[in-house]
Amino acid sequence: MTTPILTLTIDGKEVSGLAGETILQVARENGFFIPTLCWLDGLTSAGSCRLCMVEIKGSAALHPACITLIQEGMAVTTSSERLLRYRRAIIELLFSERNHVCAVCVVNGHCELQTLAQQLGIDHISFPGLYPDLPVDASHPRFVIDHNRCILCTRCVRVCGEIEGAHTWDVKNRGVRSQIVADFDTPWGDSTTCTGCGKCVHVCPTGALFEKGKSVAEMFKKPLGLPYLKAIRDLGV
Amino acid sequence: MMEKLRLATLWFDGCSGCHMSLLDTDERLLELTAFLDIVYSPLVDVKEFPDKVDITCVEGAISSPEDERMLVRVRNSSRLLVALGDCAVTGNIPAMRNIEGAPAMLRSIYTSGNGLQPQIPALDLPALNDKALPLHRFVPVDLFIPGCPPGADTLFTALTALIHGNTGHIALPTCFGA
Ligand code: SF4
Ligand code: SF4
Ligand code: SF4
Ligand code: FES
Repeated sequence: MTTPILTLTIDGKEVSGLAGETILQVARENGFFIPTLCWLDGLTSAGSCRLCMVEIKGSAALHPACITLIQEGMAVTTSSERLLRYRRAIIELLFSERNHVCAVCVVNGHCELQTLAQQLGIDHISFPGLYPDLPVDASHPRFVIDHNRCILCTRCVRVCGEIEGAHTWDVKNRGVRSQIVADFDTPWGDSTTCTGCGKCVHVCPTGALFEKGKSVAEMFKKPLGLPYLKAIRDLGV
Repeated sequence: MMEKLRLATLWFDGCSGCHMSLLDTDERLLELTAFLDIVYSPLVDVKEFPDKVDITCVEGAISSPEDERMLVRVRNSSRLLVALGDCAVTGNIPAMRNIEGAPAMLRSIYTSGNGLQPQIPALDLPALNDKALPLHRFVPVDLFIPGCPPGADTLFTALTALIHGNTGHIALPTCFGA
């Protein structure tokens, strides 16, 4: 059986995609930019950051493009004053929730959060900062996790579980108290599951995960070719 | 020739890097001063903040009751208030103390090591607020210029726009940490 082809419009332009594709996939295939943060090609979609929200005609709610499947006749809007307002609020809340000091951060100049702030025209943070007292775990011989810069996107959790197959990371607590933990909340260096592959470090969009010995602006994240790694994994070779 | 605009610059809890960026505009400073009179600044010798200022650029976070008092005075006397650089815009590096508060920071810097006669300097120094905060937590701000420091080109572009009466959205090639 062949997969049906569906036709829809994105920002007024007629496009088509395969049934089962998400709005984000079809939008990217057709050159539309939708900002994303928790989504990463090759990992399952968490749909948690809400940055990729779009408007769908006939629905008052906003829909996350990375987990919403296309439908025949759908009319999608990827940018509007309202969407920009929400996207800015999301980024500003991420900045105010933890301690971000770009000027002295290991990924200054190549951070997804910093770049998104600039792309969305954010020149100050309207919300008061929470300034939480959060740990930095440098117990691993090669890597560090700095919870001050973590935005809880769970890319590290997913890459470690889904691609590396180690599932070292998880999330403890709820809401604003949520925190990434290794194994059963042990220091990363004591983890019995971590293979030291470094995948989590390189998918992390911020300076929360970095290599030891990297100073301000020295940490560059490498693209890992996750869809390729996933395909190899699925083949079992 | 139009009347020159009156420019003031201030330096609160910052490192002076933003003022260095202003000086880094080099000979373009002359282009700016063709339209601007610097009426108050760490760069000129004026003691009292004047009553009527067109544009005031403020570097640094607000860190003491004295900063707060001065900021309100400055806001009331200025037509446009510009938050100049990350410390004024977000609190930035001075705000790293906000996690534990000012007394803990002073203790860790001055008395936690093995120095000779460790003591926290207090004589003739303003008391610190517990938190270093951005300007807009205290007064309305008309233009935010992020960057640590914002580059000379950014400052030149921003000031040129303000000189020409453009106070709407000014696209600047800068970001937090730039
Ligand atoms: S993680 Fe990104 S946004 Fe946060 S301080 Fe570092 S550079 Fe800035
Ligand atoms: S280094 Fe590899 S195995 Fe260890 S936590 Fe990161 S992704 Fe998992
Ligand atoms: S450590 Fe990095 S990848 Fe993991 S949740 Fe935090 S920001 Fe995301
Ligand atoms: S990218 Fe879609 S919800 Fe995060």
